[in-house]
Amino acid sequence: MCTACDTPKPFFYRLTAPPGATTCRSTQTVARTVIGADMSASNHPQRSRRSAFRLTLPRRAYLLRDMLAYVIQRVGQSALVLLVVGLVAFSMFRFVGDPIDNMLGQERTQEDIERLRIVLGLDQPFVVQYYRFLTEAVQGNFGVSYRQGRPVAEILMERAPATLELAAVSGFLAITVGIGLGVFTAIRRNGIGANVIMSVSLIGVSLPTFLIGILLIYLFSVELGWLPSFGRGETVKIGNWSTGFLTESGLKALILPSITLGLYQMTLIMRLVRSEMLEVLRQDYIRFARARGLRERAVNFRHALKNTLVPVITVTGLQLGSIIAFAIITETVFQWPGVGLLFINAIQFVDIPVMAAYLMLISVMFVGINLLVDLLYFAIDPRLRVDRTGGH
Amino acid sequence: MVDTPLPDTPIKDPSRLSLALQSDFFFQFKRSPLAMVSFGLVSLLVLSAIFAPLIAPHNPFDPGSLNLMNGFSAPMTPNAFTGETFWLGTDDQGRDVFSTILYGMRISLFVGAAAVTFAMVLGITLGLLAGYVGGWTETIIMRVADVQLTFPAILVAMLIFGVAKGVTPVEYRDQMAIWVLIIAIGLSDWVQFARVVRGATLVEKNKEYVAAAKLIGRTGPAIMLRHILPNVLSPVLVIATISLALAIIAEATLSFLGVGAPATQPSLGTLIRIGQGFLFSGEWWILLFPAATLLALALSVNLLGDWLRDALNPRLR
Repeated sequence: MCTACDTPKPFFYRLTAPPGATTCRSTQTVARTVIGADMSASNHPQRSRRSAFRLTLPRRAYLLRDMLAYVIQRVGQSALVLLVVGLVAFSMFRFVGDPIDNMLGQERTQEDIERLRIVLGLDQPFVVQYYRFLTEAVQGNFGVSYRQGRPVAEILMERAPATLELAAVSGFLAITVGIGLGVFTAIRRNGIGANVIMSVSLIGVSLPTFLIGILLIYLFSVELGWLPSFGRGETVKIGNWSTGFLTESGLKALILPSITLGLYQMTLIMRLVRSEMLEVLRQDYIRFARARGLRERAVNFRHALKNTLVPVITVTGLQLGSIIAFAIITETVFQWPGVGLLFINAIQFVDIPVMAAYLMLISVMFVGINLLVDLLYFAIDPRLRVDRTGGH
Repeated sequence: MVDTPLPDTPIKDPSRLSLALQSDFFFQFKRSPLAMVSFGLVSLLVLSAIFAPLIAPHNPFDPGSLNLMNGFSAPMTPNAFTGETFWLGTDDQGRDVFSTILYGMRISLFVGAAAVTFAMVLGITLGLLAGYVGGWTETIIMRVADVQLTFPAILVAMLIFGVAKGVTPVEYRDQMAIWVLIIAIGLSDWVQFARVVRGATLVEKNKEYVAAAKLIGRTGPAIMLRHILPNVLSPVLVIATISLALAIIAEATLSFLGVGAPATQPSLGTLIRIGQGFLFSGEWWILLFPAATLLALALSVNLLGDWLRDALNPRLR
């Protein structure tokens, strides 16, 4: 953590800052440009005696070493988080309700209970049980649903396509429309269209997701009768995957839920792209690009939009996770037979195995996305791969 | 040199009210129509929720005052059987929608405010500890905060609710639901407070007044609570306002999903959940009026929070 500016997540700053420095890269840059101080110099012996000719290689090597250390550290952190989540899920199993109670019926003898205790391994020490639970979970065995009496993994596999298709369409919608509108509102900053879009988006941010869904149902299903209000329509089975993309009713059923789910993310991405674009469009290199006589489109998209992508990809990546999480709400509104609806029903009926499995799956996803976004920075922004404050 | 005689009557200190009226803050408030409108709307809604038993024409929780014949009355039209008129219509059991909204808003606001208070107390305590004590305490608290921030708050709240539901015996579930809801939303929301308070504490603890307090021998807790806390409160106030809007929406969402306030104590979210069942048969008022109320409440608190953030930020003045 940077001691001067308290940047919340200074991963890439910390990475490009020399080891041992207590301030992050952006603070150092500010300090150097504003007061001419080099806050990092004393911590880095190589730096003081470097010559212009030796500039690139040693620093690259040191960056690579640092990057590797960083990647290892991040992966370790993620694994630790997953272990803790696994512990929470396991404790839910162990301490919320009695698994034996849940599995045996009314007519049971003490011997039955004892036998099941040994079969389930409940007589083992806590750590052994936790280890067994984790190994089972890694192999995709999450136990049997109390409510449906079927393996949880089987139920999840059956429900997953619905949620994933919905999330994919919403995510696509949010990204394309969000970036498009963001660029539009930034370029036509004072136009009527841009102002209308901005005001509408303010309402979009404050409306709860489930209200958007209900209002859409009211308008398009009840009043106009154009689109179905619940379910997935007809689905086609391809192997284990049931898809709604191939039938007309399936596609129609996708429209309202995906708009509901994607709207919040869309407004978020739009506002972010807009503010980043406005920032970038002020820069000198944009003016220079215009002066070079480049066409407006090339300036806006090649030069400006590309440079807004780092924060946009961060937020978009992190939002992808919340799309799956918020699918719970959308799926309930539209009775969409996906994983989210399964989870909500599991909470209502205290179906612990389903809850635990969902918790673990979603954490793997969230942690994975977080990790991926952190690592993606290097792929996207070449400035992070070479030292930013180099001698030029 | 001539001594000026002391005035006979001592000059009165300005009263707290006149100080408040002359403050920058009030001046900012007077200049912003948006702030005044949203403040007016918030106070109107809060007051009508508090005084619901006096305002509401019916008591929706008193079965004696209900008449099934009044069911499904449309807004502002006399009922076909009884001839009674209801401003916002009635639901299937003849409950006055206006009254249920007033009582529902009470529960929504209570849960929201209590959850934010809980989150605030927890967040401030942990944030102060993390910032002032540092070391391992800080590492552990902030790591937990980071991990929790990875997951959406609503998901965390749902999980806590689900686990708590499994732990409480069946016969107490409905009574406990409101309190479980408060704890679940509060626990899902403390991170914001903790981060901000920690950040501000890190800055404050190196200032001279803290050193002075240490010198005269004040203990750690006293320094944290009496000296540092008052200086970090203004960002906390802003977050609390915005959190209130989020907590109200979170509560409504959970109740709408059926994992929140039970039907015996319906909040706005529960009312919307109930109303959704009547949407297809044409009784739109059972759904749309609670929805509009929720929207007005969330939007006005949100706008007030936005304004507060700008008004309390010295950089923007």
